[in-house]
Amino acid sequence: MDNAIARKNAVLARKLVIIALIMGGFGLALVPFYRQICEATGISQSRIVAQKASGEVDMARLVTVEFVASNSNGLNWTFEAIDKMVQVHPGQQTVVHYRVVNNTGRRIVAQAVPSYAPTEAAPFFKKLQCFCFDQQTFAPGESRDMQVIFVVEPGLPADVQRISLSYTFFDVTAEPGVKG
Amino acid sequence: MEATHDHAHEDHSHHPTGLARYFFTTNHKDIGSMYLWFSLIMFFVGGFMALVIRAELFQPGIQIVNPDVFNQLTTIHALVMIFGAVMPAFVGFANWQIPLMVGASDMAFARMNNWSFWLMPPAATLLVGSFLVPGGAAGSGWTLYPPLSIQGGISVDMTILAVHIMGASSIMGSINIVTTILNMRAPGMTLMRMPMFVWTWLITAYLLIAVMPVLAGAVTMLLTDRHFGTHFFNAAGGGDPTMFMHIFWFFGHPEVYIMILPAFGIISHIIPTFARKPLFGYASMVYATSSIALLSFIVWGHHMFTVGMPAAGNLFFMYATMLIAVPTGVKVFNWIATMWKGSMTFETPMLFAVAFVSLFTIGGFSGLVLAITPVDITLHNTYYVVAHFHYVLFSGAIFSIMGGAYYWLPKWTGHMYDEKLGKVHFWLTTISFNITFFPQHFLGLAGMPRRIPDYATQFTEFNQISSVGAFLLGFSQLLFLYVIIKCIRGGAKAEAKAWEGAEGLEWTVPSPAPYHTFETPPAFH
Repeated sequence: MDNAIARKNAVLARKLVIIALIMGGFGLALVPFYRQICEATGISQSRIVAQKASGEVDMARLVTVEFVASNSNGLNWTFEAIDKMVQVHPGQQTVVHYRVVNNTGRRIVAQAVPSYAPTEAAPFFKKLQCFCFDQQTFAPGESRDMQVIFVVEPGLPADVQRISLSYTFFDVTAEPGVKG
Repeated sequence: MEATHDHAHEDHSHHPTGLARYFFTTNHKDIGSMYLWFSLIMFFVGGFMALVIRAELFQPGIQIVNPDVFNQLTTIHALVMIFGAVMPAFVGFANWQIPLMVGASDMAFARMNNWSFWLMPPAATLLVGSFLVPGGAAGSGWTLYPPLSIQGGISVDMTILAVHIMGASSIMGSINIVTTILNMRAPGMTLMRMPMFVWTWLITAYLLIAVMPVLAGAVTMLLTDRHFGTHFFNAAGGGDPTMFMHIFWFFGHPEVYIMILPAFGIISHIIPTFARKPLFGYASMVYATSSIALLSFIVWGHHMFTVGMPAAGNLFFMYATMLIAVPTGVKVFNWIATMWKGSMTFETPMLFAVAFVSLFTIGGFSGLVLAITPVDITLHNTYYVVAHFHYVLFSGAIFSIMGGAYYWLPKWTGHMYDEKLGKVHFWLTTISFNITFFPQHFLGLAGMPRRIPDYATQFTEFNQISSVGAFLLGFSQLLFLYVIIKCIRGGAKAEAKAWEGAEGLEWTVPSPAPYHTFETPPAFH
């Protein structure tokens, strides 16, 4: 192979390595990109915050809301919905309760993450107050009842008659940045 | 023959012999052969795992392996077949054929080529060896979805490392291939006069350079989630497992075409040779291949119709996916048009090529069915999907590899293979392949989920047919091995142009191809 070709080859190889590096960077850039798309389209929120309800109540319609509680892997405490199911009019402000019993014998900082089924109900389910807005700290043996105040917006698609709200508690005690 | 070649201008002026020859070789033909042998070995390793899976599925209930081991087998079977068997086989073909086809003396970076190959055996050892560590191999499925891949034991780390190493090897191999193709063609061989196999590999190599780094990024994030307290995919810390699926399939779908475009290339050589007509629609073949490659970047979402993407997203991915049927249809049309009114003969490579065209098309059609979002929501993660991707990967990629092996064995070994045994191998493979995988369409339509060791009793009959077919298919491949070894050891002397209708520079050098070829660029007309 003569030197001219060898030099040309080295130049091309360098360009190809740069493409590979750029694509590696692109792979990592997908992370913030993905989060922003999810936020912009309302698919998921990076922080769960209080929302406002629009106010009008649709007395003609009744929607069933079920409440589910589960723990993530490795968190062995008692977490349950006290109100398993309620029927609400869209627009009507409702209070339900969840209970945690920290029977693990250690102090636990935990974060609850909500999810909805069916997913198309999510944008119409507004939480005015929720224990999932903040990390919760539980002393060993502590038992606590916690409130969720919510409104199902009247804009909820007509074919949705039943919504499940599921909370999963994650143990974040050992996470960096957790105080308390 | 290599002992006679101690040219002073070669950077390796004497050839080591024995094992050292292969360990230090920078010769594209040696490296090509090593890739092909490596691939064949991994094909048998992955095939063995498949047979354990099929043996377990012969009856409902748990008989042979426990559910954990079953999951590990499906995971490692897939990784071994994708990264160990199919991809290295195509790289082996590339190493052997591209310099011969474009009239180059070797690959552009001969030493890096050696390194690309020798990264593979350690990676394969990590992957297969992970069965021996406490907890067994990774059982998360080949897609390594969190949370399973975050919860798994040390074997997941071994798998991630293996993926990293194989990815690095692929990127280096691709850089080598692109450089060889773009800079080292014989004078007169313009891009639009390159052999189709070279074209398909040029595009494949670009795909690899584009998506392998993305996979490396995804599995690195898995690794940091597992060990360094990050939360990319770990929901406990605000991460999102769905994001892994998006990043993974951004790699994963182009990867699917990485495994089929070189197959298209091989088929585009075999069919013209045995139809004794030039390839129909060469330019449209080039453009179709490029469009498939470009479209592959915008269809990843069809692997995840059930994760709850917005309807607009589902629709976009559905239509984009269906669009791929157009360039693929162009290719199938061109192959058939090449055969049309040709003077066809049906030697083993041609049999594999014709079977490729018909069976790959079946796989393409079941892919179209799966592309329809509402249908996919029912069929997602059922045996229909398993049937679909085995039709495109086995009767697609692997049939082309086998056909290509029979086609070029005379050039590689200098001997004609045993045509009768080759045909027996073909028919055994094709018949048992269909016995194995066709019933899986019915199982999937009836609702049998994939990746489970046990099933409801109404699925028993089709599973038994499938398992019997699988064992026939598996053991038929021993015949393939026998034909290859027999061909290496002897047989009728192959001409330089082993096939009457063959075209291309590789058929202008003697058979077997001398250790050094085209040290001065050939004239290309």
